[in-house]
Amino acid sequence: MTQVTMTVNGKAVTRDVEGRTLLAEFLREGLRLTGTHVGCDTSQCGACVVHVNGNAIKSCTALAADLDGASVTTIEGMANPDGSLSVIQQAFQDHHGLQCGFCTPGMVMSAAALLKENPKPTETEVRAYLEGNICRCTGYHNIVKAILAASGQDVGAIAAE
Amino acid sequence: MYSFEFAKPKTIDEAVAALAGEEAQALGGGQTLLPTMKQRLAAPATLVSLNSIPEMIGVCVNDAGHVCIGGATPHAVVAREAAAHYPALAALAGHIGDPAVRNRGTIGGSLANNDPSACYPAAALGSGAVIKTNTRDIAADDYFLGMFETALNEGEIITEVRFPVPQKVNYQKFVQPASRFALVGVFVAKYADGVRVAVTGASSDGVFRWAEAEAALNADFSKAAIDALSPPEGTMISDLHGTDAYRAHLVKVMTGRAVAAA
Ligand SMILES: Cc1cc2nc3c(=O)[nH]c(=O)nc-3n(C[C@H](O)[C@H](O)[C@H](O)COP(=O)(O)OP(=O)(O)OC[C@H]3O[C@@H](n4cnc5c(N)ncnc54)[C@H](O)[C@@H]3O)c2cc1C
Ligand code: FES
Ligand code: FES
Repeated sequence: MTQVTMTVNGKAVTRDVEGRTLLAEFLREGLRLTGTHVGCDTSQCGACVVHVNGNAIKSCTALAADLDGASVTTIEGMANPDGSLSVIQQAFQDHHGLQCGFCTPGMVMSAAALLKENPKPTETEVRAYLEGNICRCTGYHNIVKAILAASGQDVGAIAAE
Repeated sequence: MYSFEFAKPKTIDEAVAALAGEEAQALGGGQTLLPTMKQRLAAPATLVSLNSIPEMIGVCVNDAGHVCIGGATPHAVVAREAAAHYPALAALAGHIGDPAVRNRGTIGGSLANNDPSACYPAAALGSGAVIKTNTRDIAADDYFLGMFETALNEGEIITEVRFPVPQKVNYQKFVQPASRFALVGVFVAKYADGVRVAVTGASSDGVFRWAEAEAALNADFSKAAIDALSPPEGTMISDLHGTDAYRAHLVKVMTGRAVAAA
């Protein structure tokens, strides 16, 4: 066992983990932060995306012990301090960017990473950035629309497909 | 995944010492190794993370003007920090997989793995890069020994990769849309002492230099120069994504596009 200390959603946490404990397991089973979803467990689907030191990574393909000292943000850390939805989350709701919701935590985390890097992306840039996030329900269109809306761009002209 | 001991050295020397242990293996970004361990196709007794060794992370330019990339540098960092020095290499790194993969996957892991469809092997071979390890410098021409095979010895780690910067260069990747690796990728680079053409994704021997195209482009660096050539068909990969004839065709098309865009 190795002792690991991280800052998760602003709170310091220390736990003993096995070498093989994945970050996704550490979050879901260790800290009971079950908003991070594990869809494929093979680094394909992006449902497990979280931010580590500000960068989006797939938590199913990183070891907790390797991230000792890191600062982690999960979907549970995305709402505003008063509990209301963040701009990106609200845009997903307003533009129907989710159906079953399984992919949504990863989509929101990827979207937040994109908008930090590129505050006014084009539709093509949004689609390219979501290459590692798979959604089986929405057909992506409303997810893209929600992210463009969250960036403050007018999406009135983007027709529902 | 089977259980293992985890080591997180802070220096190259500590990492080399840890890797000397019985059944120890290096961990880069884990984007290939962790899925392999989940499938129990790899089961190291000790995993030695190279991700906390500052001397192995970052991009710089040395006195010879070569772009030097630390062995544990993630693709996203190369995409950002090499952009001013070697834009084609930065662009290649910036189109590997997806953003989350690029934030973890490293150049050392990619070159050590030598996946026949990976992008960095084409850049290293196409640039005539030098792969620096904890014990020696290996020329890219001597490094790639076939699919998933390299000149690395057991416990040897890639500490840095040095790229001479070409006069003209372009990488063309025909993406395999499910895996996001290259179905075929061609890296064309023109140096003062000649043109290099490195092809990934196509051959069952892994990345290779297309010598015929190099000769033709040395005489005339234009797309038309390769029109009459045909890539070596018999050695191409044939799988559900494409036949060997299809891949051979793509090699020529992508080479032509790379020359035109260089
Ligand atoms: C969804 C997805 C899409 C991808 N798409 C692409 C793509 O388009 N193009 C592409 O080129 N790649 C692609 N990759 C591969 C990825 O970018 C990484 O390059 C690759 O996984 C290996 O790098 P790593 O740092 O993750 O190595 P690891 O998985 O940690 O290690 C791989 C192997 O290298 C060894 N190793 C690691 N670092 C070193 C070192 N410094 N010295 C010696 N040995 C070392 C390990 O022991 C192991 O055997 C993709 C991966 C995924 C999951
Ligand atoms: S669960 Fe991590 S990428 Fe699918
Ligand atoms: S909303 Fe169901 S998978 Fe995306």
